[in-house]
Amino acid sequence: MRIDLPHTRCTLPNGLQVIVHEDHAVPIVAINLWYRVGSKDERPGRTGFAHLFEHLMFEGSANVPAGQFDELLESAGGVNNGSTGTDRTNYWETLPAGALELALFLESDRMGSLAAAMSQEKLDAQRDVVKNERRQSYENRPYGLAFEKIHTELYPPDHPYHWPIIGWMADLDAATLVDVNAFFNAYYTPTNASLCVAGDVQTDHVLELAQRYFAPIAPAPAPPPLRVTPTHLPTHRLLTLEDDVQLPRLYFMWHSPAIFTEGDAELDVLGMALSQGKSARLYRSLVYELGIAQDVEAFQASALLGSTFNVVVTARPQTDLAQLAARVRHELQRAATQLEQHEVQRAVNRFETSFVDSLQTVGGFSGRADRLNHYAYYLNDPGAADRDLERYRRLDPDGVAQAARQHVIDAAAVLLSVVPRGQAGRAPREAW
Amino acid sequence: MKSRPIPPVGELRAFAPPAFERHRLRNGLDVVLVHKTGLPVVDVQLVLRGGARIDSPELAGRASLTAELLDEGTLHHSALEISDRIEFLGADFDLRVGWDASFLTLHGLVPRLGPMLDLLTEVMLEPAFPAEEFQRKHEERLHSLLQERAEPRLVAVKAVSRAVFGEQHMYGWPLAGTTTTMRRVDRPSVTDYYARGFAPDQAHLVLVGQINADQVLRELDQRLGGWAVESAAPPPLAELPIGQRTIYLIDKPGAAQSEVRIGHVGPPRQARDYFPLLVLNTVLGGSFKSRLNMILREEKGFTYGASSAFSFRRAGGLFSGGAAVFTDNTAETVSILAHEIARASQDGVSGEELERARRYLALGFVRTLETTSDLAAHLAELVLFDLEETYLQTYAQRIARVTRDQVAQAAQIHLKPAELAIVVVGDRARVLDPLQRLEWGTLVEWEAE
Repeated sequence: MRIDLPHTRCTLPNGLQVIVHEDHAVPIVAINLWYRVGSKDERPGRTGFAHLFEHLMFEGSANVPAGQFDELLESAGGVNNGSTGTDRTNYWETLPAGALELALFLESDRMGSLAAAMSQEKLDAQRDVVKNERRQSYENRPYGLAFEKIHTELYPPDHPYHWPIIGWMADLDAATLVDVNAFFNAYYTPTNASLCVAGDVQTDHVLELAQRYFAPIAPAPAPPPLRVTPTHLPTHRLLTLEDDVQLPRLYFMWHSPAIFTEGDAELDVLGMALSQGKSARLYRSLVYELGIAQDVEAFQASALLGSTFNVVVTARPQTDLAQLAARVRHELQRAATQLEQHEVQRAVNRFETSFVDSLQTVGGFSGRADRLNHYAYYLNDPGAADRDLERYRRLDPDGVAQAARQHVIDAAAVLLSVVPRGQAGRAPREAW
Repeated sequence: MKSRPIPPVGELRAFAPPAFERHRLRNGLDVVLVHKTGLPVVDVQLVLRGGARIDSPELAGRASLTAELLDEGTLHHSALEISDRIEFLGADFDLRVGWDASFLTLHGLVPRLGPMLDLLTEVMLEPAFPAEEFQRKHEERLHSLLQERAEPRLVAVKAVSRAVFGEQHMYGWPLAGTTTTMRRVDRPSVTDYYARGFAPDQAHLVLVGQINADQVLRELDQRLGGWAVESAAPPPLAELPIGQRTIYLIDKPGAAQSEVRIGHVGPPRQARDYFPLLVLNTVLGGSFKSRLNMILREEKGFTYGASSAFSFRRAGGLFSGGAAVFTDNTAETVSILAHEIARASQDGVSGEELERARRYLALGFVRTLETTSDLAAHLAELVLFDLEETYLQTYAQRIARVTRDQVAQAAQIHLKPAELAIVVVGDRARVLDPLQRLEWGTLVEWEAE
């Protein structure tokens, strides 16, 4: 089975990339915009700003009064959202096909004139919303602060992945209108964006509308390039976090190869082979046979400036955490020396289904429009879906085991123990 | 940038939702097939009427444990072998229990449909419920219930059902049960539920994908046509209680936020005013522009998001809503929620709100017809609630015809401000006084679970 996403790609004179993919199965259209900016572009003292800014993008622009953005889209039968990552910020609308022009109008108006409609009131209101998002999704959620704690240890303070995407509370308080305008002018430019339209549309019509709505937006210089010193963890690090949890949990995190580089797909498959399904090694050993863990997950979190490989294991209440860590180590070492063809094939089969499955839909956070922009950003090739899948299909057990040795077994990890309050003494005293 | 007019929205192109075929296997099993072109993905969903409502309160959680045990060992294969087979097929196998039915859903690639159906048949017809696997899953459930006590959102959601339906009614108990009820569930009680809750005369099989209908029917008949079990009559549900304004407070010392939830008894899925109720909820808390979200998030900045929903079931249901709010805003949130329910119940919705909600639902319906899983979910709903066969074709028109009077009437009947239960999971030391000062109903303190 070959995955083909036929598309037309062009660049407007102001630098905006436009990608169009036709699919007439259902009369809907997906609009998807990527801005090549994320939390990696923030500076210490203003962490969380890229995401706070994303919230402001829904609050109106020069020709869209406050509150009208969602009003117009809902009245057209559409849904919309946005998300901020370390590497990029995306925005999307999925609507009945007849509302294509409305969505392009709304996206172009905020790209061209958000600053003109910005106010202290809007900033303050969304600051409150975002602070509540931080409380809801991280602070008031069991284990919710684990990843941000590990990242501060895994990356040095000046590395763009040192701080969490949601940002530190004090930095959210510190953000000003001056920051908003400067960020908008530097990063929310046609040169720094890619528009993808997918669905029940005619390519020529989309290109004509894109021209009409986006071409008048003035070009701007590309944002300054990020200067990042490659980072490395010389020795294992141990961290402990007391939290309102019932079951302790161990997090192992390693630096691993950046997205789409050698070793990225290998570690992705390693994670699935180790933890997906009852017969996967880690699950089978820790949960099924020994009953010392409640659940376990191993996964590669791929990113532009370097990825991480993670093992997250939730202990049973009475489990000795040092023994649990030793067992994780043992299983990883075994996998790195001999991995069966069957295990790798099983993981690849499962991956293939979920990959094809995500392409069933044109819109949303992971449908075809987002996928085309994803490949355009990371590989400069919107149609790279099949090439991506091929990375997985061609994997053999030796390659996966070799990646496990190089990036996991022979490398240093951060080990965080999240334990119920008052039980810090249970944390393992050695990481590996 | 120069000013420009807002472009008009074009007409919705004529589009017919995919047609389905309905057949009966030789044992009477109802089969619903949709041939869908596009990517080679297929969804198979076995819908077994019964679900948690035929369970008893003292054994709450048994129905879902039974469903989860189906693939933990059969007469022919061990739990590990089955899991390996599912994974190797690259399939997702989901075993879930709802209030009115159990759902066995397989999702995978079309070329592997045959082996997927073999698997479904085997776990459905020949589960062995091995003692050691029962023991393991039972322990796993007790630990996951323990873990959920640390999750304020789940604590609040469970407490709303308990507050609204009480302990006598099945709906008052979580689908996964509690540590108390689950300790009573043993292996014989699970096999007993299996015998009652899984029978072909109570089952529907929905299959959506790029398939050849004749061939699939033959394959289904070979595998499932000999399945002959008669179901027992389901036990009656307890009567729905009548609530009274009460705040239930569950302490979470030091919590950064309060989880605030409201609830009362709601109408059944077959309610005549189902469509007006959908419009009503879209205005109240069912969309981003809804009143609850606009007030609590956009105007007040108390929360990341607020919402409400009717959970429709065959017999009665639940209306619930709420938000996670900053601790200092807890009492004001409670009074806003109570006020908004009372206001909607009394005044219905405005003409503008009606128009936006109708368009949002009617025009947006087409978005829910895209994937095999979308279609399978629609058809499962159609068969489970005995909806008319033209349901998908007429949905948009029926929404579009809803009037302001119908919404007002539905709101007056089905929103029950005088019966509202409000649950707060938060830092008692900081919220108790402000809640008491509201003088809104009785205040009761609860433990989690």
